[in-house]
Formats: sequence, structure tokens, C-alpha cells
Amino acid sequence: MHRPLKLSGLEAVVITPGSNFVNIGERTNVTGSAKFLKLIKDDQFDEALSVALDQVRGGAQVIDVNMDEGMLDSESAMVRFLNLMASEPEISRIPVMIDSSKWDVIEAGLKCLQGKGIVNSISLKAGEEEFIRQAKLVRRYGAATVVMAFDELGQADTYQRRIDICKRAYDILVNQVHFPPEDIIFDPNIFPVATGIDEHRNYALDFFKATKWIRENLFGAHVSGGVSNVSFSFRGNQKVREAMHSAFLYHAIQHGMDMGIVNPTMLEVYDEIPKDLLERVEDVLLNRREDSTERLLEFAETVKGSAKKKELDDEWRKGTVEERINHSLVKGIIDFIDADTEEALQKYGKPLNVIEGPLMVGMNVVGDLFGAGKMFLPQVVKSARVMKKSVAWLTPFLEEEKRKSGKEGQAAAKILLATVKGDVHDIGKNIVGVVLACNNYNVIDLGVMVPAEKILEAAKREKVDVIGLSGLITPSLDEMVHFAKEMEREKMDLPLLIGGATTSRIHTAVKIDPVYSGVVVHVLDASRSVPVASELINQDTRGAFKARIKQEYVDLRKDHEGRQQLKNYIPLDEARKNRVKVDWSQVNFQIPTFTGRKELVNYSLEEIRKYIDWTPFFQTWMLAGRYPGILKDTVVGVEATKLFAEANTMLDEIVANKSLQANGVVAFYPAVNRGDDVKVLTDEDQPNATFHFLRQQNKKAQNLPNFCLADFVSPKEGQDYFGMFAVTSGIGLELLVEKHKANHDDYSEIMAKALADRLAEAFAECLHEKVRKEFWGYASDEKLTTDQLISEEYNGIRPAPGYPACPDHTEKKLLFELLDANKVGITLTESYAMYPGAAVSGFYFSNQNSKYFGLGKIERDQVEDYARRKGISVEEVEKWLAPNLSYDI
Amino acid sequence: MNKIQGILKERILVLDGAMGTMIQRHTLEEVDFRGDRFKDHKSPLKGNNDLLSITQSDIIKDIHRQYLLAGADIIETNTFSSTSIAQADYHLEHIVYELNYQSAKIAKEVAVEITKSNPENPRFVAGALGPTNRTASLSPDVNNPGFRAVSFDDLRIAYKEQVKGLLDGGADVLLVETVFDTLNAKAALFAIQEYFEETGKQVPIMVSGTITDASGRTLSGQTTDAFLISLSHVPLLSIGLNCALGAAQLRPYLQVLNEHAPFFVSAYPNAGLPNEFGHYDQSPKEMGVQMEEFLKEGLVNIVGGCCGTTPDHIRVIAEVAKKYKPREVAQHA
Repeated sequence: MHRPLKLSGLEAVVITPGSNFVNIGERTNVTGSAKFLKLIKDDQFDEALSVALDQVRGGAQVIDVNMDEGMLDSESAMVRFLNLMASEPEISRIPVMIDSSKWDVIEAGLKCLQGKGIVNSISLKAGEEEFIRQAKLVRRYGAATVVMAFDELGQADTYQRRIDICKRAYDILVNQVHFPPEDIIFDPNIFPVATGIDEHRNYALDFFKATKWIRENLFGAHVSGGVSNVSFSFRGNQKVREAMHSAFLYHAIQHGMDMGIVNPTMLEVYDEIPKDLLERVEDVLLNRREDSTERLLEFAETVKGSAKKKELDDEWRKGTVEERINHSLVKGIIDFIDADTEEALQKYGKPLNVIEGPLMVGMNVVGDLFGAGKMFLPQVVKSARVMKKSVAWLTPFLEEEKRKSGKEGQAAAKILLATVKGDVHDIGKNIVGVVLACNNYNVIDLGVMVPAEKILEAAKREKVDVIGLSGLITPSLDEMVHFAKEMEREKMDLPLLIGGATTSRIHTAVKIDPVYSGVVVHVLDASRSVPVASELINQDTRGAFKARIKQEYVDLRKDHEGRQQLKNYIPLDEARKNRVKVDWSQVNFQIPTFTGRKELVNYSLEEIRKYIDWTPFFQTWMLAGRYPGILKDTVVGVEATKLFAEANTMLDEIVANKSLQANGVVAFYPAVNRGDDVKVLTDEDQPNATFHFLRQQNKKAQNLPNFCLADFVSPKEGQDYFGMFAVTSGIGLELLVEKHKANHDDYSEIMAKALADRLAEAFAECLHEKVRKEFWGYASDEKLTTDQLISEEYNGIRPAPGYPACPDHTEKKLLFELLDANKVGITLTESYAMYPGAAVSGFYFSNQNSKYFGLGKIERDQVEDYARRKGISVEEVEKWLAPNLSYDI
Repeated sequence: MNKIQGILKERILVLDGAMGTMIQRHTLEEVDFRGDRFKDHKSPLKGNNDLLSITQSDIIKDIHRQYLLAGADIIETNTFSSTSIAQADYHLEHIVYELNYQSAKIAKEVAVEITKSNPENPRFVAGALGPTNRTASLSPDVNNPGFRAVSFDDLRIAYKEQVKGLLDGGADVLLVETVFDTLNAKAALFAIQEYFEETGKQVPIMVSGTITDASGRTLSGQTTDAFLISLSHVPLLSIGLNCALGAAQLRPYLQVLNEHAPFFVSAYPNAGLPNEFGHYDQSPKEMGVQMEEFLKEGLVNIVGGCCGTTPDHIRVIAEVAKKYKPREVAQHA
């Protein structure tokens, strides 16, 4: 049995006989990449580092670094680059191959590696003594090594020379140096074939045979090589080169080659090489016919040019340019849109005619299908991506035209979108933006956390037709009211659209509509935004629509007032008497395994992903139904399945590339219940940390308590504990999203954000389980499935400030202070929204009576009491708890 | 030299506990650290625990003796910071050889003394090589990630000097410990092998790394697996983990070593995790219970204690260790 080759960066890489071919990244090589050489020469090491990162993200399992260039100080470039690589955990995760023909450069490199890397290479070129000296040092520095089939006479170029040299080197290494055979990797020289020189005819075949011999006779050793060499005579003919690389690798692997330096972007899939080309390539590689080189050259003439373009299912490409654009838009195919746009521009003459012609026609089809429920949001977003790409291609021509004619084109209606100050959530807003853009609106998106004055200023400057505000957290409701007041003050009369998770028709009617004399409309979801916008913008319908909405909201307000009087509330002191009764003497208190805080930095995304609740993910994309049933749904099943697959593909990438970072912090403190408060005993620094909770005040049926979270903590000192946490999975999201933005790829952008949100929720779920079973450990024997987790079949709860059981967002201030959450990268905005947005925070209660509940409405007596307890004004409390007040302010 | 290997196949060996914790009990002042010899030294010396091997050798010998009497088979020399790199803080680079020599010598004296009283149970001295206060694969300057405050060669030279002192003083084995940057450890091992080759001397080598927190990684970012692979080119007597974590937290990482290490496995955790004041307050009994967990599983061959442990802890650990068989080392792990 062969012993495995074990390598390491920050993590272990173990290559066993059963492992797949090991791909060595080769772009960080100045001799193989002109781009990399230029970066190093120009001292752009940061950029050069991103080349390394691309290699890792592209799936390289080992990264080759080569600085052998006449104009470089190779030794110092090697040291500097390796040290920089070591500072990037994502890169240094994998082992390094130090590639140089100069021993000094290799040795300098070895002094920088904490892990076990590979030297590339040593050989018998300078005789046995030097070979032994170098091999001993390689071993002492703790590396594996590539041994070139090279001796005092030169490079091995026949089968016999190859195996003779490798055998000799192997015997010296194993018997004299005591080098472990599994740490020896032979490179039996890959040379170009089909060069027209007769001696070269057997180069590939001899390599294959030598590889087989080495693997069978030199026990434990591996075989590697630089694959691109083989196709050297076909430089400039990608198609032939890619085919040669794949065919060569196919045969080399069959013969036992188990590692190689390969550029994955220069590989065709072996099975997809056209049969006639494959036959000619293999004739050359295996030296099967006298005229094999001529035949391949002949063939090469005919396939010059673009490689790897799939020719499957391209019947539609034969249609007219309008038909093709239409097809691309409806199917969301991005590959041909630039070429088709170019063709359309030639046909239509003016860029605007292309936009208003075939592009708008196609988007109208998309809009109609969407409106008729025959297309779903994920498809529409993909269509929009195609549209955007086409428009981006046309933009320079549009600008040019504008410059020539000196006048602005006839503008589409402009809609300004923004997430309000203090709020960071924007998935919904982005979806609305895409849907509107699909319907020929010119959307100006100001992003997130936009202050009122900035929105107003942009609205005036851009002369927009409609303003749309979005927000997810409750304080945003207030900001929207404030914004409407500002519009009124500035005597604007633009239509105002309101949307986002916490917004509602009733809130809009009761709080926003009365302060603004213009029209304000609550838009339930993205699909409604188009009809609403079109009615508001169309001069003919505008007036009637406004009157209708205004009346509707007046009716809603009346109805609301009427309903309020029906509600039955009890005084606070009565509610307190009806608190949750817990027999504390019967409670088995569990002491957490630690007190104080604990950080979880860079938590495994692989682990977190197991906890994802997918149902809300489909809701984000406006596909209704519960997961996993939704995948088989007769209406949306097909799209849901596709969306789910694409989500998982992106998730795979995110996990593999660690492009999102999940950080969290959890803390436990001794705690004691005092009335509706929970006092937390931290240390001397913060003796009086008190969390304030609210109590239900609606009249309850018999035996049902008026819940308050504080009821779940023991009132006796020194008994109970209280936990808290904050987690995020949004670190790195901005970078990830930026890439998609640059590609006009709303689909991927929304997908990335939606996934980050799901991961944050999943992280909270995962952490809660860890807390129950391990950190706090009060349910160490719990065993639940994901479904049971989602339906919360466990003991203890983790309510979040700002949500139904404790709707006051301002409690997050103390929570974040005690957690020191900014240390793991989570902060609060002035509205107490968490940043990054993909974050969850909350409290842990372990008592088995604890349960989630909705606070409902509270009366003025509790508001006054709460203000006193918190030491803030009644107005302040009313501001933050506006949606929970039983009375109007 | 193979004596210790032979015993390790038979039973679990016990390493001593914390030196610092025991020194603290003496509440020594600047004048005590200086002794007569360094009374005029230009910089403050309080806190330079290694220096006490010269200036207060009786205290150090007594601590060694307490650990041996509590049941330790192996005591560590008081040389955690005895490299020219770490001693530079005290301007004592010039006495590094002597520090190591003296520390090994006094430890050996006590070990010989106790062995004499019971020759059936030989006691060993492990020459301790600490991590130094600099890292070879991390930059101390966040704005300059390519910078290194110490090079591989600086470390190699410093460690070689330390190795010479320890072996001349009589250390039976060498222990490269509290490895938080694997590259530092590689430099130490390089120095040791170079020294062996140059002098023809050879003693068994132990390595002990430090997993800094629940991330399961060393300070320099390696997983336990990667740490093991990175140091397996040296024929070690043992590889293991110490410091930073308590016994309970250490267990998952010992399982990794147990599964893959082709060497004996050691563990000398802290007395739990530090409390709010940075003190270790796990009782000997509690620690014994936690360590029994992995002794029971057969994960280790050598056990002992790190920060916060005392002769009382070692006594309990030694008693528990007696009850269990040592881990078997797989030939081709």
C-alpha cells in the first residue's frame, strides 16, 4: 500500500492513491504568464496577489510560484511574494510549490513556508553530490520535491533515458538520503509534439510509457508535469491546443500521472472534443500514423479561432436579429447579446432605436409573461440582466450621439429608489428596481441608508417622476413619516411609493398619508410596482388614481379608529399580576460552561448551511410555497427547482471560496428578574446592566398569562443565567456584490444578498443549537432534525430585539455593548439596524416555560412606566414603539 | 537514549506542571531576580523567570523537586524564554548559553536525586525551547503584511545556541513547545537537526503546539492536521498540544493527533480557561476528571499541565494516568 503524500498550507492536503488528479495552479509564474510578470516587474504585488487568489478560487489544490526572470531579483521577489501570500488566509490555505531553477531562490522560499510545500525542482544535473545536498536540505525544511528527469548529460528525451534517470534518482533519495518515497514527484519532461521533427514523434508516447513504468517500479513516487508544453507548435490555435491538452491529460492520467501544472481555462472536456479532431490529436500523441502531424496541421487550418463555444441547441441563432434578441431576453441568455446588439445597431442606425425597438419589444413580452404568471421573478431578473448588458454596450454610442446632437434624448419616466436612513436592507428594493427597469422606467437607485435631504436633493436634480422608499426595520417607518413631512414642507407633489417588510397599508394610511398632500401609495410587492407607477405617471389616469387612493386611505383610517375602541386592554398592574408563573424551586438551573463573551470568528459556512430554512428564500423571490414541497409545485415547481439549484451553486462557490465570512459572538451572565426587567451581573465595569422588557396588555382568556420575557428569568439572586448573541454572515458581501454590479448582473446580486440573509438566520439557528447542547448545555441530549429546528421544537428561545416579543430596537444598544459586537464586525446604525444587514442578534432564555409571543398593543400606562425604567422621555418611547401603541399620538 | 521510548510503550508518562505559577507563590521582587551577580545590570530584570535558574537556583530546584515528588516522570527546564531573541528584552543575550546550561544542570541534579531514591522509576529532564516573542510567518504590522520581525535564520541561530546549552547541561530530551507559529518550530527543529549532525549527539525530540481558541487553529492559522503534517519530516518522539485551552477544550484536537500522528502523543493543557481576572482556577480534581476523558479514550502517551497547574494538579493527573493504558502508535498512520 502506498503511503499518501501529505502536504499543508493552513489546512491539510492529503493525496492518496484514490485521490483525483491534483491540479497545480500555474498563473503565478513569471515564465508562463506575461500578465503576472508585468505585475511583478511593475512592483504591483497586491495585484499579483489577486492572481494567486484567482487560482485558489479556481480550484487549484497547490499553487506554483515562479520568479525566474532575468530582469528580476528572483530571490527577493520570491520571499516578498510568499510572505504576502502567507498574510492572505484564503490563499495560504493550500500548499505552495516553490518553482525555480536556482537553488538559492528555492532555499529562500523554503524559509518562508510554515506548511509542507513542494520544491520544483531538483535533479542530477550538477551531479550526485549536489543532488544529495539539496535533497537533504529539502527534507530538513520539511518539503516534498519534484525531481526532473535530468542528469549530467542533459534532459531525458527518450523512454529509456527517462526511466534510467528516475530510477537512479529514486535509489539515491530513498537509500542514501532516506527521503520518503511518497514525497518524491517525478517530472519526466513533457515536450512539444507535432513539430515536424522526426525525433519528436515519440515524445508524448514515451512520456506516457515512462509514467507507467515509474508508477509501477518506483514504489510510492508520484508523476507530474507541465501540460501546456505539449501543444507548443499550435500556439494561436486555441481549439487544437485545448484538445491536445485534454487528450494528453487523459492518456497521462490513464498511465498514472497524478499531479500536473494545468491551466484549467485551456482545457476542453475530453468527451466533447469533436471525434475527427480527437482522432488526429491522438494519432499525434500516440504516434499512430506516419502522416499524423500533417493531418493535424491540415485540420488545424480549418478550426482556427474561437474555441469552446457550444453549438448545442442553437437553432434559434438562425432567426432574424429581432427574433434572437427576443429569445435572449425571454430566456435570459447573456452569451450572444453583445454581438446581436451590434448587429441591431447596424440595422437600426441609432442606439435609441435599438432600445426602443427590439429591446423594448422583448422586454414587453417578458413583462406580459410575468404579468400573466407565466414567468417568475428569477427569470425576469435574468431577462433584465440581458437588457442591462445590451444597454451597457450601447451606452457609448448613446453618449456619442448626445454629444453630436447636443440634446438629451427623450427620457423615459424616472423613478428614484432609496432605502431610508438607518436601514441597510435592500433586496426588495433591488427587485422593484429590476422589475421597473424591465418596464422601461429609468430607475435611479440611491442605495441604502440614504438621509431624507439627499433623496430630496436627488429628486429635484434628476427631475424624477416618482419616489419610492424602502425599509425593513420598524424605525424606518418613522423615517418614512419624516420624509413625507419634508416633502410637504418643500411643497413637492411627487407621488411617493412605500414598500418593504415592515411597511403596511394601514401604517401608510394612518401615519404617512395624513402628513402629505401629494399621493402616497403602499406597494405590497414588486409585481404591483409597475401598474402603480404607470397609473401615477400617465397624465390621463394620474388624477383619478390619486383621488381613489386618498379616499381609500381615509376609509382605512376611519375603520382603524373604529376598531381600536373594540380592543380590550387591562391596566399594567393587573397584567403584571397575571404574569407567567414558574415554580422556581422545581427548576434545575444549568450553569453555562463559561461566563462573559466568546467570539466565533470565521465560522464554517459548510456547517451553517445545513441549518438554512429555505421557505423564506423562495418568498424573497416571490415564489409562494413551503420548502421542499415548493419544488414539486404544479405552478412554480419548475422555476423553484431551477432557482434552488442556482442558489446552491452560488452557495457552493461562496463556501469553497469563503467569499462570505461568518462571525458571531455569544455571552452569558448571571441574571436576576426584577419586575419586567432582567438585571445582568457582568463585572465591576458594568454593575447595573439592565434589559427592559414589555408585557402584553390585552385581556386574556382564563389561564392564559400576560407574557413578558422577563418572566422567564428567576427572581432569586445567584440562580439563573441570561444569554445573548449577535451573528453575521455578511462580511465580504459588498465585495461579492460589487463584482455582479459591475457585470450589470442584478440576478446574481440579489441572489448573493438573499443567500447572505439566509446564512445569517441559519447561523443563529446553528449557534442556538450549540448554546443549548454545549455552551450553556441545558439540553445536551437534544436530537432534532432540521425540520424540527425550523418548527422550533426545542427548549428555550432566542427572541430578537425589534421583533414581536420585544419590539424595542433600542435595547440593542446595551446588547451590543455587552457583546462588544463590533469586535466581530457587527455594528448598529443610528436607527439600531445591524450592519452588515445579514445579521441576527438576540437574547437566550433557557427556561422550559419560555416561548415566543407577540407583544401586541400596549397602553399609555406601560409606556410611561417603561420610559421611567429606561430613563428616557415618554415621547422617545412612543417614537420607537409607535407600531405597538394602542392609542394615537 | 531509547530508554524513554521503551517506557512510553509500557505506560503513560507524566510531565510536570506550570513553572510560572509556582514562582509567583514566592512573590519575588526586583532585587531577588537580580541576585548578587546582576545587581548592577542596566535594565529591570523582574519577571525574567528564566534568570532565576542562576540567581535563585534553590527556588527552581525546589519546584522541580515538588513536581517529581508529585509524580512527574519528566520535568521541563526553566528555559521557556532562554533564547537570545527573547532575552533581548532584558539585554541578557550574552548569557543565553549559561542560562540554558544552568537550567538543565539543576533540573538534572534534582532528577538524578529523585531517581536514586527509586531507580525503578527513572526521571527525565526535557530541555524546553519556547516559541520566542516573535513570529516568522506573521507580520506584526497590519499595514505591511509582507514584513517579518524575525527571519527563519535568526531563529535557527538563536535556537542552536539554546540547544547547545541544554544538551551540555544534561537534558535527556528536547521539547519544542507552545508552538503558535509552525515556522518558528520548523526553525527550531532545523537547528536541532543541524546541531545533531555537527556534533554527533542525539536525543529524542518532543513537539507541542498551541491551538489558540475554538477555531481549532494555531495563532499562525493552521489546523491541527496541517500542523502535524508540517512537522512530520522530523522523526519525533512525540507530538502534542499544550497551553491556551483547558483539558476539555483540547480533546477534539487530540483526537486528530491520535488518529494521524505516527509519533507518541502528549497533552498538557491549562488548568481550565482563565476567569474574568485572567487567573486559572480549575481545581486539581476538576482537571483530573476532564483529563480522564481522553485518557479513557486512549488518546495520549504523555500528560501534564501548563498554565495554572501545580504539584497538586500533577499528583491527581499522575494518579489518573496510572489507571489507563497508553495510546498505541500505528506504524503507518
